[in-house]
Parts: sequence; C-alpha cells; structure tokens
Amino acid sequence: MTRLFPRLAGTPRVLVVAGILTLLAIGGTFLLDPYRNFQLATAAAYFCAIGGLTLLVGLSGQLSLGHAALMAAGGYGYALTSIALTGAGLAGAGRFVIALVAGVVAASVLGLLLGLAGARLRGPYLAGLTLAFVIALPAVTSVFSGVFRGDQGLQTAYEPVPELLNRLIALEQWQAWVAIGVTSVVTTALALVRRGAGGLRMRAVRDDETAARLNGVAVRRVKVTAFTVSAAAAGAGGAVLCFVTQSVSPGGYTLAFSLLLLVGAVVGGLGSLGGAAIGAAVIVLLPWVLSLLAGSLDLPAELAQRLSGNLSVLVFGLLLIVVMLVRPGGLAGAFGGRRRGPWVRRSSTSPEPAEAPAPASPSPSPQKQFLAQER
Amino acid sequence: MDRLLFLFATGLARGAVFALFALSLVLIWRAARIINFAQGAMALVATYLAFAVTGLTGSYAAGLAAGILGGAAIGWAIERGVMRHAPHSTPLAGVIVAIGLVMVLQSLLGIVFGPQYRPMAAPFDETPIFLGGVPVLSPYDLFILVVALGVMGLLAVLFTRTSLGLQLRASAFAPEVSRMLGVRVDRMVTIGWMLSAAVAALAALLLIPTELGLNPHSTDMLFVYAFTVAVVGGLDSPVGALVGGLTVGVVISLVTGYLGSTVAPIGVLVLLVVVLLVRPGGVFSMREARTA
Repeated sequence: MTRLFPRLAGTPRVLVVAGILTLLAIGGTFLLDPYRNFQLATAAAYFCAIGGLTLLVGLSGQLSLGHAALMAAGGYGYALTSIALTGAGLAGAGRFVIALVAGVVAASVLGLLLGLAGARLRGPYLAGLTLAFVIALPAVTSVFSGVFRGDQGLQTAYEPVPELLNRLIALEQWQAWVAIGVTSVVTTALALVRRGAGGLRMRAVRDDETAARLNGVAVRRVKVTAFTVSAAAAGAGGAVLCFVTQSVSPGGYTLAFSLLLLVGAVVGGLGSLGGAAIGAAVIVLLPWVLSLLAGSLDLPAELAQRLSGNLSVLVFGLLLIVVMLVRPGGLAGAFGGRRRGPWVRRSSTSPEPAEAPAPASPSPSPQKQFLAQER
Repeated sequence: MDRLLFLFATGLARGAVFALFALSLVLIWRAARIINFAQGAMALVATYLAFAVTGLTGSYAAGLAAGILGGAAIGWAIERGVMRHAPHSTPLAGVIVAIGLVMVLQSLLGIVFGPQYRPMAAPFDETPIFLGGVPVLSPYDLFILVVALGVMGLLAVLFTRTSLGLQLRASAFAPEVSRMLGVRVDRMVTIGWMLSAAVAALAALLLIPTELGLNPHSTDMLFVYAFTVAVVGGLDSPVGALVGGLTVGVVISLVTGYLGSTVAPIGVLVLLVVVLLVRPGGVFSMREARTA
C-alpha cells in the first residue's frame, strides 16, 4: 500500500485511499448477484462494528464483549427515529440520515456511560461488565416492551431505490451502496483517529498507564473517548444493518453475535482496520461456505440440523484460539509483515518512553512480570 | 412476609451455588492471575458427563463423582493443552483464548447432544418444607446449602492447614521464590486449575436440576452471576466470594419473586454497575489487586 501515491502523506493520503477503495467496492457490486450484494451490505455493517472494536481492543487495550448490544442500540435508535419520522410524514434521504445520526448518538451515549464505568477497570473486569450488559439486553427489551416491542422487535419502513437509479440497479445493490457509503465514512474517521494524536495516546495508555500519566496523558479521558468512538462505530453498523434488513430485534444481537465480532477483530489482527475488513468478510462468508460444504456431504437430517449453527461456531472458536496462540498479529500481519501482537510486553519497572508505540523490548519472564505487578 | 421469608431462604440456596462457582473463579485467579471466562463451558462439559453416567448407572452419586472427577480432568487438559500457551503479556490474551474455548466447547456439546433441554432429576424432593405453616426450604435446597458450605470449609482447611495448601499459596504469591525453595510451581498452577474446575463442575451439577435442564447454554447465566459475585466480593477473597454469592443469590431471588424472572439480569447488571461505580475496589478486596 505504501507504494501507491508515495508523494501523499498524512490525512490526504487516508482520504484518497478511502475514496479509491469505496469506488472499487461500489464498482464491485455490479459483478455480484442480489444475494451476494446483500451479503456485502451485511459485511459492510459488520466492518463498522469490528473496526470500532479493533480500535478499542487493539489500540486502547480495553476488551468489550458487549459490542452486539451497542450495535443493537444503534439499530433501535435508527428504527425508533425512522418510525417517528415516518409518522411525521418525512421520507427519503432526510429520514435515513436523521435516523442514522440518531442511531449513532444512541450508541455513543451508551458507550460513554459504559466507558465511564469501564475507565476505572482493567481488562477482565470490563469484559465481564460488558458481558453482563449484552446478556441483559433481551431483558431490557422485554421489560420496556412498550417501546422496544420485546422479542418481536421493531420493523422500519422500506427505503426504495431512488428514481434516478431505479432502472439501473436492484434494491439489494442500492442497499449495498448505502452500506458501503456509510461504512467508508465511519472507517475513514476511525483510520484518522488511529493515526492521529488520539491514537498515539491510546497506544501509550495501552502499553503503560503509569508512564502515559507521567507524560501528561489524561488516561481516564483517553479510555472513555476510545470507548465512545468505538461505540459510535458499532452504532453506525447497527443502524446500517437495520436499514438493510428493515428490522431490529434482540434475537439478532445475542452474546454469540458479540463473540463473533470479537472473532472478526482478532482473526484479522487487533488494531488493524484492514484486518477488521478481513474479519468482517470471514464472519459473513465462513458460515455460508460451511453450510454449503455440510449440505454437499449428504448427512442424515438430524446430524445436519445439529451441525447447522454449531459447526461455524466451532470453527470460529478454533480460529480464535489458534490465532491468539500462534499469530497474535492476526491475518493482516501475514501480508503487512507485522508479526507481533498489538501488545508489546510491558514491564512496569523499565523506563520506556510512553509516547512511542513501544519498541520491541526484551521481555522479562512471566514471573518477573508478576512480581513487578504485585509491587 | 411468608413470601419474603421463602424467597430469602431459596435465595440463600441459589447464592450458595453462585458463591461456590465464584470461589472456583477465585481459585484460578489466585493460582494463575486469569479470569477464566471458559469456566461455565468447562463445568457444563462435566455436567453432561455426569448426566450420561447417571443415565447409564441410574445412580446419582456415581454421576456426581464422575462429574467432579471429569471436571478436574477437564481443568488439567485445558491448563496443560491451551491456557499455559496463551501469551502472558496481557490479561486480555487469556480472556480471548478462554472465549474461544467457550465457543468450541459449547458448539461441540451442541453437535453431540443437540440443542434440546434435557431435564436432570434432583436426588431429593424439591417441594418446600413447612416450618410453622410457612414454606421455607426444599430438602434439595438444604442439600445444596450443606454441600456448598461443606466444600468451602474443606477448601479453607486445605489452603490454610495443609502443606499442599501452603505450596499453592506460595506459588501464587511469589512463584520465583517458591521455585527456589523447591516448590514445583507449574504443578501447583495445574492443581489450582483442577481444583477450580472440579468446584465449578460441582456448582453446575447442584444448580441445573433446579432450572429448566441441561442445554449447551445452561451455564451462561451462572457464569455472569458468579462473575458479578466475584466483582462484589473481590477476586482474591474467598470470604468475599461467600458473602457476595449469598448477597447476589438473595437479590436475584427477591427480584425474580417480586418483579418476574425476565428482570433478574437487569437487577444483576444494576448491582454490578453500582458496585463498580461506588466501590470499584470491591467490598472485600484491596484496590491494588484490582488495578494490577
């Protein structure tokens, strides 16, 4: 990638690359049949959420198992606003944009609250809190069923293809275009955050909080900001998914789905947006490929039924373990050359400069680390 | 008032199970400084084993023993085969590997046993005993309370009164010094995992007969509740696990009894958030342990 446009650098480079990738993706939709375009739109929505998650885990070192709930917040924000606007007689692009913004805001507010609680906590505790959060989601929707309609969920109005394009493209392709457009805006924003001063501060906090604080980084604020940005991206993903499927219900945002998002972030390579794109493609395509494979084997009906949902979860779980044990840098590292995980071993006794993304320091034994932590 | 007493008493029995499961999390935390997110799935595998053995032999005791021994074996296999090789540079790596294990174990159980609920029979009567005209506890609840408190007592004796307990504690708190003094630290970590997985299996075995039945996801809620207990009580404090477990059990029982079972997860979430915001150090834990 660095060989393209060697003269461009910094923000303009990110924008140009993002624009080209977006055009390529939109051009690509002409090559796909409607079902593939639907899959592409879904993958784009997942890409938003996984991009946010990979930023949160890989850069700021906070693990969230609740991103499905944040996506659901985006979806519900979108659906409720869209329904209200339809009642007020608004339709078309205005309705979509306002509802999308509402979804992003809903998820961001929720992410801000979670981030405020989470900024006091280290990894495993935050993971547990977000786990409880996603488990409580169906309970929330059924307790406030007057608003959220319980398990049934909400249905939004159908957004038709604009008249100008009506003869040219099918509905699924139009939905893919919209999804790609929103996703490119969101992921470009994430890329800018990642390479900017904010991203540097997040890495500093991830590698050594104490050193970051000594260098004047407001650790708490950085953590909360990371969580909010990540939640906003997940909310945009949820809103896009709601736009594509025209519905949102708690059954779509279970713990299993939340873990799937984590698989997407880890498999591609934590902290890398290209990895997030790979991860999104993997979690959309792999279940489909596996079901094709299982279908071609001509298994007995009962076994096929048991395999149907479980086989892909099994493969995803194995992927997660193997990638984490063998190649913490993820699949993106296989192409880009960065083989190390995003977490360089940290020792609280060594005087590393916190502002630099920590260099490859010789790693002390786990026991030494442990002792250092105990002090 | 009768209802309150009844809910309080059954809450204590549920709470004893949560405390037992939380204690298993504390054991692993103290041995390996990892929160084992796969604990629920591991306990579930052991429970399926117990279910199969009980089905074959017709004896509850044989199933219970098989479940507990199977739990220890699973703990050994997971520690030696997977968790030992996880990168130690950050706690997150261990958490992510454990989540991968959850997915693998649950999907394997789903493939082998199918998604349906399999009812598990309790060894004792589940209708409550009346004390002075007031329903209080069922014999099975009493059994749960006795077993859970008994096991906790045994573990306390093991850790504070035996040579093995001393070695376990030493290798958890100062592994390098312990190694120099001749303690086999690696073996102690493995024993910690085996103990912990066996205790978790026992907790799941006690709980599942009181619920819908056995299903690949039956222990999801148990893990979330036990995690809440660990946060309320403090991960390095066995006493915190006991008190926190009983507290969470009673809270869930009261919320379920008065507001309905769908509200219970929200009650737990609120409890978790309140404890984290008001007293992030945990009720029984030192702050340093939390941020280390």
